[in-house]
Formats: sequence, structure tokens, C-alpha cells
Amino acid sequence: MNNLAKKVAMPTKPIKFEQWIEVGAISDIPKDGARVVKTPLGDIAVFRNLQDEVFALRDKCPHKGGPLSQGIIYGRTVACPLHNWSIALETGIAVAPDEGCAASFPIRLDGEKVFLSLTPSDGSADH
Amino acid sequence: MKRMKLVMVGNGMAGVRTLEELLKLAPDLYDITVFGSEPHANYNRILLSPVLAGEQTIKDIMLNDVDWYEKNGITLHLNKKITRIDRKNRSVHADDGTSAGYDRLILATGSNPFILPVPGNDLAGVISFRDIHDVDAMIEASGKYQHAVVIGGGLLGLEAANGLKLRGMDVTVVHLPDALMERQLDPVASKMLQKSLEDKGLNFLMGKQTEQLIGRDGRVAAVRFKDGQEVPADLVVMAVGIRPNTQLAESAGIHCNRGIVVNDTMQTFDPRIYAIGECVSHRGIAYGLVAPLFEMAKVCANHLAEFGIGRYTGSVTSTKLKVTGIELFSAGDYLGGEGTEDLLLSDPKGGLYKKLVLKDNKLVGAVLYGESTDGNWYFKLMREGTDVSALRNRLLFGETHLGDSGHGGQNRAAAMQDADQVCDCNGVCKGTIVKAIVTKGLFTLDDVKSHTKAAASCGSCTGLVEQILAHTLGGDYEAPEAKPMCKCTDYTHDQVRAAIRDQQLTSIPDVMAKLEWKRADGCPSCRPALNYYLISTWPETAKDDYQSRYINERAHANIQKDGSYSVIPRLWGGSVTVDQLRAIADVAEKFEVPTMKITGGQRIDLLGVKKETLPEVWGFLADRGLVSGHAYGKALRTVKTCVGSEWCRFGVQDSTQMGIDLEEMTWGSWTPHKFKMAVSGCPRNCAEATIKDFGVVAIESGWELHVGGNGGVKVRATDLLCRVTTREEVLEYAAAFMQIYREEARYLERTAPWVERVGLAYIKGRVVDDAEGRAAAYKRFLESQEIYRFDPWAERAKGVDKHEFTPMKVIEGQTA
Ligand code: SRM
Ligand SMILES: Cc1cc2nc3c(=O)[nH]c(=O)nc-3n(C[C@H](O)[C@H](O)[C@H](O)COP(=O)(O)OP(=O)(O)OC[C@H]3O[C@@H](n4cnc5c(N)ncnc54)[C@H](O)[C@@H]3O)c2cc1C
Ligand code: SF4
Ligand code: FES
Repeated sequence: MNNLAKKVAMPTKPIKFEQWIEVGAISDIPKDGARVVKTPLGDIAVFRNLQDEVFALRDKCPHKGGPLSQGIIYGRTVACPLHNWSIALETGIAVAPDEGCAASFPIRLDGEKVFLSLTPSDGSADH
Repeated sequence: MKRMKLVMVGNGMAGVRTLEELLKLAPDLYDITVFGSEPHANYNRILLSPVLAGEQTIKDIMLNDVDWYEKNGITLHLNKKITRIDRKNRSVHADDGTSAGYDRLILATGSNPFILPVPGNDLAGVISFRDIHDVDAMIEASGKYQHAVVIGGGLLGLEAANGLKLRGMDVTVVHLPDALMERQLDPVASKMLQKSLEDKGLNFLMGKQTEQLIGRDGRVAAVRFKDGQEVPADLVVMAVGIRPNTQLAESAGIHCNRGIVVNDTMQTFDPRIYAIGECVSHRGIAYGLVAPLFEMAKVCANHLAEFGIGRYTGSVTSTKLKVTGIELFSAGDYLGGEGTEDLLLSDPKGGLYKKLVLKDNKLVGAVLYGESTDGNWYFKLMREGTDVSALRNRLLFGETHLGDSGHGGQNRAAAMQDADQVCDCNGVCKGTIVKAIVTKGLFTLDDVKSHTKAAASCGSCTGLVEQILAHTLGGDYEAPEAKPMCKCTDYTHDQVRAAIRDQQLTSIPDVMAKLEWKRADGCPSCRPALNYYLISTWPETAKDDYQSRYINERAHANIQKDGSYSVIPRLWGGSVTVDQLRAIADVAEKFEVPTMKITGGQRIDLLGVKKETLPEVWGFLADRGLVSGHAYGKALRTVKTCVGSEWCRFGVQDSTQMGIDLEEMTWGSWTPHKFKMAVSGCPRNCAEATIKDFGVVAIESGWELHVGGNGGVKVRATDLLCRVTTREEVLEYAAAFMQIYREEARYLERTAPWVERVGLAYIKGRVVDDAEGRAAAYKRFLESQEIYRFDPWAERAKGVDKHEFTPMKVIEGQTA
């Protein structure tokens, strides 16, 4: 039984399987909602949109560090709760005309289970 | 699916705007081909005047360069004039033999300058003022020759004259009527304008009819008038009007009547062929300003995109003269007539003149000279048909005099330095905004908001940003009219609300499906609005969608800049007991709350509470009898009171108790924007009831009820609604007012702008005069309160929405 490739929400770099950490079930996150995973790297926001895609971003807006997990989610975008910047969920990049980027993390669904990797997708670890 | 072929003839402002709108709506529907007879890509024709005046360059005024066409897959043919439309075979043909087939065709051919039919009009040095070519010719002539004559004292002529003067020529303006810009100005303003232009060194010959242009060696040398007078002229600019360019359409047999005749969806008599811009005649009117053309563009794009919901129904227009140093604005029916009255402010010495024309208590026309910053405000009042009877005595003095700190200052936009900050929320200064407008080709407030963030937060600088837009663009500025709710839909707030009510829609997906939302789950601006409309219209059946609420309303606390939260428990009517104070002190101590503060709303704020501990903090408070203060919601906030007759030597009624009663009745109710009340025990009004959404002031014989006040960004004192005698009446009127506001105002519209928009007379009609209606609204309010008046904190302390407050998982240790 291997449906690991199913519903991978973003193109990820090849990562060793051991790096995937189970963080819960998709039903733990409300549709169009987010939850926080606390990690040694800081808080990571785990999002679920209306289409049941999941995404993971550092819970820090590139503008002034607002907690993205508290924003309103629409499509593949989250609006930061502090000053309403729009951040793309797949990449962490602020949607034009805003500029900036929040680190994104590989995340995938295996059936109901959500797995997260702590190696940021953009290669740069913590900053 | 094979794409349809869309061809556009005319590469000007209206046409390209249509394509921009279309690409936003349906980027993949058409293969697009554009023909333009000018050798340039798309530029801002309006700004030719500042180019001529040497204030901008051609580069500055480009709107879309050739790359833009390429990026959007548009085939662009420059320097090619279409001379024939073959409607049978659906193709167009250019003068050089190029042709293209179409499924849909847009004619955007603009207009032609009118050339006086006088002898000599074909001499070298006789030109019009329409395109880059003309401007180049004028700039060149100004380097070689001395005498310029501009025929025509309208907007265009005066801008040309001003530019030529600044380039060092001796300029004479010849005008047939006795007054300048007689189509936009009344005689007084017109005289004042002439005076200031004379001060700038322009000469005027009024009431003169041109008979002949006299040439020497093939170039113009003088202008002769009917009365025999002659003036020297090395350059003659004809700016005597424009004629819709209908030649091509007419030759193809398309019905024209002083313009290509179109219907409300911008289609000509051949429905495959659309026409838009200055070349059209819509309901008998041909427009010569861009704002209406842009409105047409929206509708045309909407129809081409096969949405078919937009209709163009005509525009009220306004004009500004783009001559630096002269402030002039006119809009609507400035002359007045049967059944109108004028409000006048005339100070010719001081260079100030204002005329407002009213009809049936509405503003229908305006002329402003010397000071035109309020132009946009008047224009807005005109288009929205606002009842101005309540503003009448202050109307002439402008919006500033309504106590608007946000807009403040005479002619502030113009006087500001580039480094002056405009938007204090996002730290945006004037220079940044002007640069964005000019370099990115922005036209609307929304554009400026998204590109610079100015006015994107609290909105208090909106007026100023609009002024800067207007100032930078001149008459090109397109003030938003009945605006769509957001980019996800073309429907306005009111239309959406009506659909929810009339079609009994009870969920956000229902609304989005029925009204064909353009984005599957909307955006952060429409979703909260839709959620509010649903729960306020159908309190019993609509389900509150928490994911569509802003975080404060989801977490029932105010998010702070560091991501922590503030907690403000309700202190009824601003009164406290020892036990309540002790509970607050205990909770602060137990949870190590870093800051406590007395708020401006007569309660105590606990700041810096971590999200995870909120439920515990609330549980603690709930055990001691305290409930949520809703300081975070578009909801009933505080009811401030003064001590009143219980203690105060002047108090005539028990204002504290009245405040408590009002708060107990209304707490927990959701409103379009926050709703604040206050009760004062006598007309000294220590509770500041006259800047609240609903204010109550005690009088000897009972209570005075006030509505529509606002502190905050834009201070507005309340309007007096009525006087009542009993406590029960106060409650009933308050609830009825609040209910009608809940049901009818737009989301994020506070009572102050709402009352101004619908008029106090309307509110009185519903709340005071109609006893039955009032009682019914009161009843609906109480029914809704049965459902919504509960303490969200106590619930959450018991585990509701636990996911909102706890991490999904905690990963310990070292990684990566
Ligand atoms: C806490 C408090 C300031 C204080 O320390 O005194 C406050 C704090 C905030 N106010 Fe206020 N306002 C507070 C009383 C007021 C008052 C005074 C009053 O109510 O008598 C006003 C002017 C009166 C009025 O509203 O007309 C006021 C006018 C505003 C405005 C401008 C509203 C307007 O219509 O112009 C905003 C911005 C907005 O709502 O968009 C605002 C927004 C805010 C926000 C919510 C800003 C935000 O979005 O984060 C602040 C939340 C801070 C927090 O987390 O607690 N606050 N604010 C006061 C809370 C009162 C309470 O007990 O609930
Ligand atoms: C100097 C100046 C100042 C102005 N100032 C203001 C102002 O302050 N405020 C304001 O609101 N308005 C102002 N206007 C008016 C405004 O510029 C026009 O209303 C607007 O540009 C009209 O847009 P349009 O697309 O209908 O026509 P245009 O912009 O004229 O575009 C029509 C285009 O079609 C081309 N064309 C015509 N026939 C053919 C054909 N057969 N084949 C191929 N191409 C063809 C033309 O070459 C032209 O490029 C000003 C105009 C001028 C000239
Ligand atoms: S509390 Fe009100 S006035 Fe004070 S900083 Fe916040 S929003 Fe501004
Ligand atoms: S911190 Fe996110 S928008 Fe400012």
C-alpha cells in the first residue's frame, strides 16, 4: 500500500523518509483553517484549504512577523491577520504587489495522516 | 476548445482598458489582435498636456508598452489604419493590405479634432492637439517661432496655450463666446479663470470669429477675424472641439448618429461588433472624458467575457483643468435651472469661488475655482444622490468642516511635500504614491491601495490618497461608483444582500454558486461580509462560518502586534464592583499579565495574554461572573455612562442604570461595524453620548435619543433622533435603530456614514414615525438576541473550538 505520492501539495526536494514526522490527522485542521505545530525551529503553521490541500509555512509573516496561522485562508493564499498581506501557501511568497517570503516546509498527506518535514523547501534552514 | 478571435480597431485609452479588464476576467477566451493608426503603443493621452508643459516626458505617460501586448499574447499592428470592415466575411482590412478575421470586433476609434472650415486651414503650422505627433510639432515650433495662436478657449485649448507659453512663445487664445470654458463653468468662475491666465502672461481675444488663416511661403503667418483685425501667428492650434470618429463604422453600414450608436452592453446594431470610447453615442450622449470611457470598458469586457451582468447606464462627468497653479473643478449641472437653488461663496479678490447647485435636497452640480480639493467629495455626493439637507449649512465649506481629521487641511494634497507621510498606518509618503501612479499607470484608489498599501489599512487617509490621485491624474481620476463588493464579484454589497434575502440563501457556498463568484472560496474581504449578511438576515438558519471571520472574532480577543491577545471583560455600563475588580486583579496576577490598562471605553484591558492560555483566563473570569466584552468584534462594544442622578448634583435621570439596561439588552449582537453607545445624565453630557452610534442624553422630561455619531478617525456629532419619556421607549428605539442598521447597512459601514448615506429623514421615518415598523424591528432584534446573546468565553473555557487554542502537535528535540 503506497499512496504516498497522492496529494503532495508542492514539489518537494527528495527527502529521506525518516525526516517525515506525523503531526496529526487532516480532520484536526478545520477546512480553510490552520493549526500550529510547535518545533525546535519555531512555530510552523499547517494549513488546510477548501479543496483539502495541506501546506506548511513558518508561522511568521515576511512583513512584521504576524502569525499566519491566524489569517483567513482562501484558495491557496492566506491573508496575514496583522496588516493583511497575502501570502501564497505553496511557496510562502507574498502575492504581488507585496514582497517577501516565509519559509515553507514539505508536507504531505498519507490517507488521513499529515506528515511534516522540518527541512525548509527553499533549502535555507532557519533564518 | 478553440479560442474565438477578437479584433480591436484603435489602440487608445478606452480600447486598451477594455482589454485589460477582459484579461482579468477571461484571459483564455480570445486570441486578440489590435490595430492602431498611431506608431506608439498605449499611452495616457490626458497627460499630453503636462508633456507639452515640460512637466512630464513621453516615457512617463506610457501605459502599456509593446512588451505588455507580447506578454498577454496580443498581436499588435502599429501604424496601420483600418480602412474597411467586411461584415459578411467578418474581417477587417488595413491601408497597407494587412487583414484579420474576427468573431468579435471592438471599434475604439476615438474622435477627430474639428478643423474650422476656413481658408488656409491646410497651411503648414496649423495643427490640432490630439496625439504625440501634435505635441512633437508644437515643441518643435516653440523652438523656432515666436507667435502662437490657439483657437478655442475650452479645456484643451487652455492647456495647449499654457504649455506653449511655458515653452517661451507669445500666446494668444481666440474664443468665439464671451467666456472661457463656457461649457464647464459659469460666467463668474470663467472670468476669474481668465484673470489668472492673463496674470500668467496669456493674451485673450474674446468674441472673435476667425475668417481666414493667412500664409507666407506655405506656412501660416497670421490669423484674420471677421471684424478685420489681424494677429501674427507662426503656429495655430485648433482646439475647437472633437467629433466622434465614425467614418469606418459608417462605411461598414453600422448605424451612427453623432457617434456609433450602442446599447447598454456597448454593442452596435451588429451585435458581434462592440464600440467603446469617444467614438460612441450612448443614449444620445457622446462622452469626451476618460472616466465614463473606463466605465464603458468594464461593461464591455464583462459582456465579452460572457458574464453578461454589467450594464452601462450613463455617467455624470466632472472636469479639472490641468494647468499647474490653477485650481478648477466643475461637475454636473453647474448652471442650474427650473427648480434648482444655488449655494454661493464668492471672493473674487481672494481668488475663491464656489457654486453648488441643489435640487430636491440633492447636489446636482458644482463649480469650484481657486480651491478644488473638495471636488471629489461633492462629486461623490452627486453620484450617490445623497440627501444633503442636514449638511446644508456647512456644505460650502467642504468636507473638512464636517470635522474630518483624515481629510483635513485646505488643498492638502497639493501642498504636501514628497517626503510627507500620507498613510500613517503603513508609512507611505506622498512621493511613493505619486511615483506609483505615474510609473505603474494607476487610475483607481484600489490600484493605489494594492501597489503602495496607502489607505489599505485604517482607511483614514483615503480622502487624501484620492486627492493625490486626482491631482496627479487630473480629470482622469475615476472615483469609484457603486463598487462591486470585491474582486470576486461584480455585484455590489446591496445587490448581494438583496439576493441573500430574496433568494433565501443561507450559506456562503450557496451565495457564491448563485451569484457566480469568480473565486471558489472568495477572499478575505468578501467572506467576512457574506458571513455577516447571512447571520444577520437568517439568524435562525444560517450557520456562522468561523473560518470566514477575522481572527479577533474567531479567537474572541484582540490580536496584538506580537501575536499575543488582549482580554477585555464587560463592565456593564462602565460600573464595577469590588468582586469584579478583585477577579480582574486575581486573573492578572495568576496568569502574569504583563500590562493592564483602563480603556477609552470605561473598562479594563488585560494585554499580552498568550493564545493558548485564553480559555483558562476566560474560565477564571467566568467563574467570577465576568463575560466577554466583545472589544474585538463588529458587534455591540461598550455602553459608556456617567454617574447621573444617583450622585451628580446636576443629574436628572439615572444614566448609569439606563446604560446597564441597554448593554444587557444588546450585548452579543453582531453588527455591520462596531456599535457603541453612551448615556449621559444631563445635557452636560459627560459620557460623550453625542459621538456614539446611539447616544442617550437625559433631560428633565425624559431622554433625548441621538444617532450616527462617531469618534475615531473622522469625528461626527450625532443627529438628534427624537425625545422620549420612558425607559421602555429608550430600549425599544435603541433596538429598532440597531436592527435596521444591522439589516440594511453595508458591512464595515459604521452608523455615521450610513446615516449620511441614507439620510436622517429616512431613519426618522423608520424609527420614529412608523410605530408599527419600530415595534416589529424591536421584536426581530430580540429574537435574534435569543440566539446570539451568550458568552462566547464561557463556552470556550469549557472546550468549544479547542483546536483554535491548542497546538496541533509539539515536536521536541533537535532536528535537521
Ligand atoms: C483598547 C482601546 C484603547 C484604550 O486602551 O483605551 C482601543 C483599542 C483599539 N481600537 Fe479603538 N480602542 C478603544 C476605544 C476607542 C474609542 C473610544 C470609545 O469607544 O469611546 C474610539 C472612538 C470612538 C468611536 O469608535 O467612534 C475608538 C476608535 C477606534 C477606531 C476608529 C473607528 C472609526 O469609526 O473611526 C478603530 C479602527 C477601526 O475600528 O477600524 C479602532 C480600533 C482599535 C483596535 C481594535 C485596533 C486593532 O484593530 O487592533 C485596538 C485594539 C487594541 C486591543 O487589542 O485591545 N478604535 N476606539 C479602547 C477599547 C475600548 C473598550 O473598552 O472596548
Ligand atoms: C491633450 C488632451 C488632454 C485631455 N485631458 C483630459 C482630462 O484631463 N481628463 C479627461 O477625462 N479626458 C481628457 N482628455 C480626453 C481623453 O484623452 C479622451 O477622452 C480619451 O483618450 C478617449 O479615448 P478613446 O480610446 O476613445 O480614444 P483615443 O484615446 O483617441 O484612441 C483612439 C485611437 O484609435 C486610433 N484609430 C482611429 N481610427 C483608427 C483606424 N481606422 N484604424 C486604426 N486605428 C485607429 C487612433 O489613432 C487613436 O490612437 C484629453 C485629451 C487630450 C487630447
Ligand atoms: S489603541 Fe487605538 S489609538 Fe491606540 S494605537 Fe491602537 S488603534 Fe491607535
Ligand atoms: S505582519 Fe503580516 S501583514 Fe504585517
